[in-house]
Amino acid sequence: MKRHLRRAGSAIAVGAIAAVILAVPAVAGTRAPVVSPPPAEAMHIAEGFLPAGWCLVWFAACLPFWFVGLRAVTRVVEERGQEGRLLLALSGAFVFVLSSLKMPSVTGSSSHPTGTGLGVLLFGPWVMPILGTIVLIFQAVLLAHGGLTTLGANTFSMAIVGPLAGSLVYTLARKARVPLIPAVFICAVTADLLTYVVTAGQLALAFPSPDGGVMESFLRFAGIYAVTQVPISVVEGMLTVLIVRTLLQQSSAIRGTRLAAATGAA
Amino acid sequence: MNDKKSSPRRWVAAVALVVMMVGILTIPFLLNPKSDFGGSDDHGTDMITDVDPSYHPWFFSLWTPPGSETESLLFALQAALGAGVGGYVLGFIKGRYRDDAGRTGTSGDPEPVGIGLDGAVHAGG
Repeated sequence: MKRHLRRAGSAIAVGAIAAVILAVPAVAGTRAPVVSPPPAEAMHIAEGFLPAGWCLVWFAACLPFWFVGLRAVTRVVEERGQEGRLLLALSGAFVFVLSSLKMPSVTGSSSHPTGTGLGVLLFGPWVMPILGTIVLIFQAVLLAHGGLTTLGANTFSMAIVGPLAGSLVYTLARKARVPLIPAVFICAVTADLLTYVVTAGQLALAFPSPDGGVMESFLRFAGIYAVTQVPISVVEGMLTVLIVRTLLQQSSAIRGTRLAAATGAA
Repeated sequence: MNDKKSSPRRWVAAVALVVMMVGILTIPFLLNPKSDFGGSDDHGTDMITDVDPSYHPWFFSLWTPPGSETESLLFALQAALGAGVGGYVLGFIKGRYRDDAGRTGTSGDPEPVGIGLDGAVHAGG
């Protein structure tokens, strides 16, 4: 009976967190601004829309993470056997799919989720720069979405900071004895939203407002984008939960991953 | 077989999640009947020119899909490829561990194992 209640409690917790998060854009959306904001671009910065100097800065910022990422991915491929490779493929595929889906948001514009949460839960944040960069290159070259000049900036936001934030939040949540599924949910939502906050920050740094400087620019970019992204990150969180539940059914499949450690099923 | 973790209960939770997702994705259409839900590159860059009207992009995409049809194709391919790989992996994992039932020296669980929402492991799938 107790376990039954705990499970119901966890489900209600996920729903409650989602409801609270959704209330923010719902309320913000109904209090329409005087000038309605232009529909927001999906998180990536478009080709050529970051000054060359900043492009170089972000590429440089990515370098150490690409190095670490290559090592991490190689370790998974060499040491974790077939299961590791399959799960790595799954993590990459999840990012691939979710990045391709434009979802409508309550603000009247669309955006893409990231899908980086799953990889973080399975392998930690260090493999994500590689997986994310592959997806970003694909999108930049074939879809003219994002860009090659902005690859550094977009990788930094989506494949480096997002996963790191998600990982941190997950670790803290588990330490605080948050049940597994809500922790998974929060990890995915955080990774998605932070990606977006970082993008707004990158744009604000490159295009400071003439009156208010970087901060005002940041508030403008983030204020619109963040509201759009919130429900989408919630959907991503739910999708991640669904996949994780499926994986947990075959607990031995996730032996050696962070999830397994968390459940003690390794 | 542990009754508490029977299939119907797992399905209820999964369906509930799907229903919530569908709800979140359809409410925008109810709240914004007149919007075209633009998210294309053109719109996004308006914001930048708003803040800094003198900025001009200094590089352009090497190739752009000729029209929205091609763009749809490529997005669909991306989703299909990702979903295909994902489905394959999930199916493989599920199938492989079921198959190992009864055989010795394998790495799989002899029985499917269930994990509750709180992470507690128990038998029964």
